[in-house]
Amino acid sequence: MTPKTKLACRNVWKLYGAASDRILQGNPNPSAQDLRAEGIVGAVRDVSIDVNEGEIFSIMGLSGSGKSTLVRCLSRLIEPTAGEVLFDGVDLLGASEAEMIEIRRHKLGMVFQNFALLPHLTVLQNAMFPLTVQGWSKSKAEEKAREVVELVGLKGREDYYPRELSGGQQQRVGIARSLVAEPDLWFLDEPFSALDPLIRREMQDEFLSLQGRLHKTIVFITHDFDEAVRLADRIAIMKDGEVIQVATPEELVMNPATEYVEEFTRHIPRSKVLTAGRLMTKGGAGAGAPVQQSDRISDVAERIITAQDPVPVAGPGGKIVGSIDRHAIAHVLFGRGAGE
Amino acid sequence: MTASFSRRTYIAWALVLATILLGQFGRDLADALGMRWLIKFPSAWVIPFKTSISLAMKWLVEEAAIGGVSFTDVTRAVAWLIEQPYQFVLSLLAEGFVAGAGKEAQTVLPAASWIAVIAAVVALGHYCRDWALAALVGACFAYLAVFGQWSSAMVTLASVLIAVPIGAGGGLLFGIWAYRHPRGERMLMPVLDLMQTIPIFAYLVPILFMFGFGPVSALVATIIYATPPMVRITILALKSVDPELVDFGRMAGTTRRQLMWRVLVPSASHSLMVGVNQVIMLTLNMVIIASMIGAGGLGFDVLAALRRLDIGAGFEAGIAIVVLAIAVDRLSQAFAERMGQVHSHAKRGGWLERHKRTVLVVALLVATWILGRFLPALQEYPEGATLTTGAFWSDVVKYLNVNYFDVFEAVKVFFLNNFLVPIKKTLLGIPWPWAIAMLVLLGARAGGWRLALLCGVLSGLIAVSGLWAKAMVTVYLCGASVILATLIGVPLGVLAALNWRAGTVIGVFIDTLQTLPSFVYLIPVVMLFRVGDFTAVVAIVLYALAPAVRYAAHGIRNVSADLIEAGTVSGCTPRQLLRLVRLPLALPEIMLGINQTIMLALSMLVITALVGTRDLGQEVYIALTKADTGRGLVAGLAIAFIAIIADRLVNAGARGARLRYGLGA
Repeated sequence: MTPKTKLACRNVWKLYGAASDRILQGNPNPSAQDLRAEGIVGAVRDVSIDVNEGEIFSIMGLSGSGKSTLVRCLSRLIEPTAGEVLFDGVDLLGASEAEMIEIRRHKLGMVFQNFALLPHLTVLQNAMFPLTVQGWSKSKAEEKAREVVELVGLKGREDYYPRELSGGQQQRVGIARSLVAEPDLWFLDEPFSALDPLIRREMQDEFLSLQGRLHKTIVFITHDFDEAVRLADRIAIMKDGEVIQVATPEELVMNPATEYVEEFTRHIPRSKVLTAGRLMTKGGAGAGAPVQQSDRISDVAERIITAQDPVPVAGPGGKIVGSIDRHAIAHVLFGRGAGE
Repeated sequence: MTASFSRRTYIAWALVLATILLGQFGRDLADALGMRWLIKFPSAWVIPFKTSISLAMKWLVEEAAIGGVSFTDVTRAVAWLIEQPYQFVLSLLAEGFVAGAGKEAQTVLPAASWIAVIAAVVALGHYCRDWALAALVGACFAYLAVFGQWSSAMVTLASVLIAVPIGAGGGLLFGIWAYRHPRGERMLMPVLDLMQTIPIFAYLVPILFMFGFGPVSALVATIIYATPPMVRITILALKSVDPELVDFGRMAGTTRRQLMWRVLVPSASHSLMVGVNQVIMLTLNMVIIASMIGAGGLGFDVLAALRRLDIGAGFEAGIAIVVLAIAVDRLSQAFAERMGQVHSHAKRGGWLERHKRTVLVVALLVATWILGRFLPALQEYPEGATLTTGAFWSDVVKYLNVNYFDVFEAVKVFFLNNFLVPIKKTLLGIPWPWAIAMLVLLGARAGGWRLALLCGVLSGLIAVSGLWAKAMVTVYLCGASVILATLIGVPLGVLAALNWRAGTVIGVFIDTLQTLPSFVYLIPVVMLFRVGDFTAVVAIVLYALAPAVRYAAHGIRNVSADLIEAGTVSGCTPRQLLRLVRLPLALPEIMLGINQTIMLALSMLVITALVGTRDLGQEVYIALTKADTGRGLVAGLAIAFIAIIADRLVNAGARGARLRYGLGA
C-alpha cells in the first residue's frame, strides 16, 4: 500500500544575485563554493521532496536555512529559479497567473507565523475574507465563516478586532481563515513560534486533534525540533538551503544522516520517539497482554518494566510479531542517549 | 595614522583660512591682477537659459499641439474640471448660489449660514473624538465669525476642501503606481526631490502662464505643492505593510486589484492618514502664497495688508489663518485616529439613530436658510457685533516704536555690523572659481567623486546662468539664519531632552511655530524692525528653528541608556556626560536637523523677498510680478541647486559620522 503523493518538488533551486539565472545553465548542480564565487546566495538548493496525502510533513531548520523560502516556492509565492513543483501531478510553475489564483482560492490554505490578520476587519470578517474575494454572497460566506470560527473555539468573539485578542486567539483566527475555503493542502509557516511556551503546547494538542478530524495534507514549517517530532509523520531537515535528511522522527533519532542532525536529536528523550516495534526481539514470545508495535516506549514503559517476563508485541493485524523485555526499556530510559 | 589625520586637519584649516582671506581681500587681489572676472562672472560667458525657457513656454502655450489637441485645450480642460467642484463649495460656503450673470444675477440660495457651518464642525469634532474637540473647533470657527474674518475664511476653507481631496487622492494613486512599478519609482523620486526643493514661487510663474490669474491657478499651484509628500508617504506606507500580509493576500487568491484595495491600502490606512494631514497643513501653508496668483480669502487679506504695511489688519488675518489651521489640523488628526482604530462594536439602531448628527446639521442648515430671509443675523453674522483688534495691534506697534525705537535699532545695527555684513562681504568677495573648487573638494571628501561631480556641475550651472552674486546673497542670508537657528535651536533641543519640564514647554512652543504659515512670521518682525536683511534673517530663524530643536532633542533622547550608565559608572559629571557621551552620539541626528533647517530656510527666503532682500528670492518674486517664466524658473532652479548641494553634503557628513560610531547608515 503506497500512499498517494499530493505535493512533490523536483530539484527546486532558489538563487538570489545578479548572475542567478545564468549559473544553472552552465552548471546544473553548482556547489556552495561555486555560488559564493559568483556572489550568489543559494536560499534553496536542489531540493526534492514528496508529501503524501493526509500526512503531516514537517520542514525543520534553523533561521536562514531556507525553510521559509522553500515553502514559498512550494506555494509559488516566490518564483523558484529552477525545478518543478508538482501538485496532484501538475506542475504549478506552468500555471498562468489566473490559474494560480484559482488554485490558491480553492486548493491551498496557509497559516502565518505572525498571524497576518487584517487589522481593520473583525474576527468573522477576517475568517470570511478568502470567500469574499472569491465573490461569495455575504450571507453564505458569513455562515461558512461562523462554522470555522466555532471549529477553532472562538465562538462568541466573532465581532472582536484582532488587536483585542491574545496571541493564541489571533492564531486561531488565522487557522480558521486558512480552513474556510476547505483547502486540500495546508501550509503552516511556523504557526506557533510567536506564542508563549504554554500556549504553544496547548495549540499543538488542538492542532493534532483538529487534524484527527480533518485529515488534511499538511506542510508544517518549524525551527523547533521538539515540535516537529511531536507533530510530524515525517521530517525534512534543512541546512544552508539543502535538505539533509527526510525521515520519520524515529529514524532520525536512530540513524541521523550527519552530525548536524545528530546534534538536534541528542537531547530528544529516546522513549518519546522510539516505538515498541523498533526495540522488540523478533520472533520472541512473551507473557501477558501484548503492546502494539506502533506504541511509543514512553507510553508502555511502566508496564514492561514492572512485568517479570518479556511482554509480547502485536503487529498491525494483532498477530504477535515479537517480544520486548525490561532490559531494552531500561537501556532506552536510563542508558546513554536517554536525553536530559 | 595619527600623523596623517592631523596633517589632514591642518590642510583643512589652511583651506578654510585661505577662503576667508580670499573673501576679505579677493576683490583687491583681482583688481591688482587686472582679473575682475575672478570676482564678477563675465556677462559674455552667461548662457541665456531664461530666454530659451521663456521661448519654450511661449511655444508650449501658443503653438504646441498633439493631433489637433493643443496644449491650451488641455490646460483649459483641467481648469474646468477643477473649477466645477470648487465653484459649488465656494457657493455653498461663501458666495451663495447665483443664477444668471452680470446685472441679471440673482441669488437663488444664499451661502450656508454661519450657525449651520459652526454646527457642522462641532458635529464633526464630536464624531471624530469627543466634546472637547468639538468645543475647540467650534470656538475656532466662532472666533472667525466674531472677529469679522468669516467670509474670507470661508473662501480659504473652500479651496482647502477642494485641494485636499485632489492632492491626497492624486498622491495616493501616484504612490500606488510607483509601488507597483519600481522603475517608475526610481524615475519619480528625483522629481519629487526637486519639487520639494524648488521654492513654491518658482512654479507659480509657469502656472500663471498656463492657467491665467485666478483661483483655479491658485488651486493648481496648491495641489502641486501639497501632493509630493503624499506620494512619498504612500510609497513608504505600502512598503512597510507586513510582508506576511501580502503573502496572505496572495494565498487567499486575491487579484492584483483586490490585493491593493482590500489588503494593502486598509492595512496602511493609519500611515496614509498621516499623509493626508500633511497635505492639509501644506495646503494651508500655501494659502497666502497662492493669493499672489489669484486665490482670494485670508491669504489675500494678509498679502494686501503686508503690501500696505497695515500691521493690524495683517496680524488679524494671519491669526485667522492660524486659527483655521489649528481647527482643520486637529479635526483631521482626530479623523485619522478614528479611521485607524475601528470602533469595538457594530452600531445599532435605525438609520435616523445612526445618522443623528448629519440629520441635525442638515435640518439646521435648511432652518437657517428659511428663517434667514426674515432674520438676517441667522444668515450672516451681524457686522455690528464683530470685534476687531487691528487698531490695538497697530497701537502696540506704534507704542513700541515710539518708546523703544532706539533699542530695536541698536540691536539691529549691532547684528548687521558684527555678524551679517562681514559674512556677506566675505561671501561676495570669494572668487567664483575658488568657491566651486572648494565645493568640489568638500564633495570629494564627504561623499566621493559622484558627490564632487554633482557639487561642481550644479555650482557651475549657477555661475553660467549669471546669478552668482545673487546666489551668494542667498547663501549668506540662509547661512547666517542657519547659524543663528543652530545656536539657538540645538541648546534648546538639548535642554528639552534633559529636562522634562523644559521639554514640555519647548514642545508646545515648537508645535506652535510649526502650525503657523510662513508669512505670519514676517508680520511682527516687519512691525518692529521694518524691511531689510535683518528682518529677513529674524523671520527665517523663527520659521526654520523647529527642526533644529526637534532633531537635537530626539538625538539626545535616543542615546542608548547603556552608554549613559557606562559613562556614569566611569565617574563622569553630568556636564562631562553631555560633552563626551551624549553630544557626540547625537551628532548625526543633530546634523540631519540642521539639514532640515537649511531646507526650511531656503524655502522661506523667497517669501522674505517681500521685505526687500536682494537675493535669488527677489529674482523669483520679480519674475512673478512680471510673469517672466524663464527668469523665475532659472532663479528657482538656482535655489534648488543650492538646496541640493547643501542637502547632499550634510547628509554625506551625517552618514560618515554614523558609520564612524557604528550606528548603521
